[in-house]
Amino acid sequence: MESCREARAMKSQSRPLSPHLQIYKFTLHMAMSISHRITGVALAVGTIVLMYWLASAAHGKEAYETAASVIGSWFGYLLIFGWSAALFYHLCNGIRHLFWDAGQGFEIEQIKKSGIVVLGAAAALTVLAWILGLAI
Amino acid sequence: MSLRSPLGRVRGLGSAKEGVHHWWQQRVTAIALVPLVFWFVVSIIANVGSSYEHMHAWLSSPGNATLLILLLVAVFHHAQLGIQVVIEDYVHCAVMKPIAIIATKLLATAAGIYSVVCVLFVAIGG
Repeated sequence: MESCREARAMKSQSRPLSPHLQIYKFTLHMAMSISHRITGVALAVGTIVLMYWLASAAHGKEAYETAASVIGSWFGYLLIFGWSAALFYHLCNGIRHLFWDAGQGFEIEQIKKSGIVVLGAAAALTVLAWILGLAI
Repeated sequence: MSLRSPLGRVRGLGSAKEGVHHWWQQRVTAIALVPLVFWFVVSIIANVGSSYEHMHAWLSSPGNATLLILLLVAVFHHAQLGIQVVIEDYVHCAVMKPIAIIATKLLATAAGIYSVVCVLFVAIGG
């Protein structure tokens, strides 16, 4: 592996490169692939909110009510909404990945179809969770 | 004919020299998280978070506390395994890469243990 200086130097030299992503036609599958990674990183950062909520509960009634009002503010709701959408997307697409890991669904048509199923399921679960969450 | 030596095949460590341990852990935690996440979301919707008393009553059940701790262990483990892969893909310098990966693992361990201890405080400590 290169040192930090070498890694930077490699970037500034114009060496022959293998074809870059940009030359391919952009597809739904490409967007969903990188979205899986982006939502994964976002969810990892979101665990801080989960930790804050649990910590407040351990610190007593007053701390818990402060945390509940922070999470219950419009900004808190915005974060939780984004977090829930990312969670359901990563969950549904993760199940799709598990099928691929088992060697299933690698035909182009199957990949197109499973992508749309994942997007639909993630959207439906997010909407359903919020309708139930706000109604109950 | 395989070009791999018999010794290389027996060791089963592959080109990354660490085998499939990481890959398996990521999949097993993913499978565990599918039902755990559904349970957690349904619990939150059922107004667990609405008041301190609700939250307290919910975590006072050994079953709920166990499921939440299982979820936390799987989540923090799965998260640090995933972040490690992202770092390995995008950070190419010999100094920053191990520093970033070690920092991720230490942070995830600390945050995970703190979260579990907080759950136990509520569940047992009252």
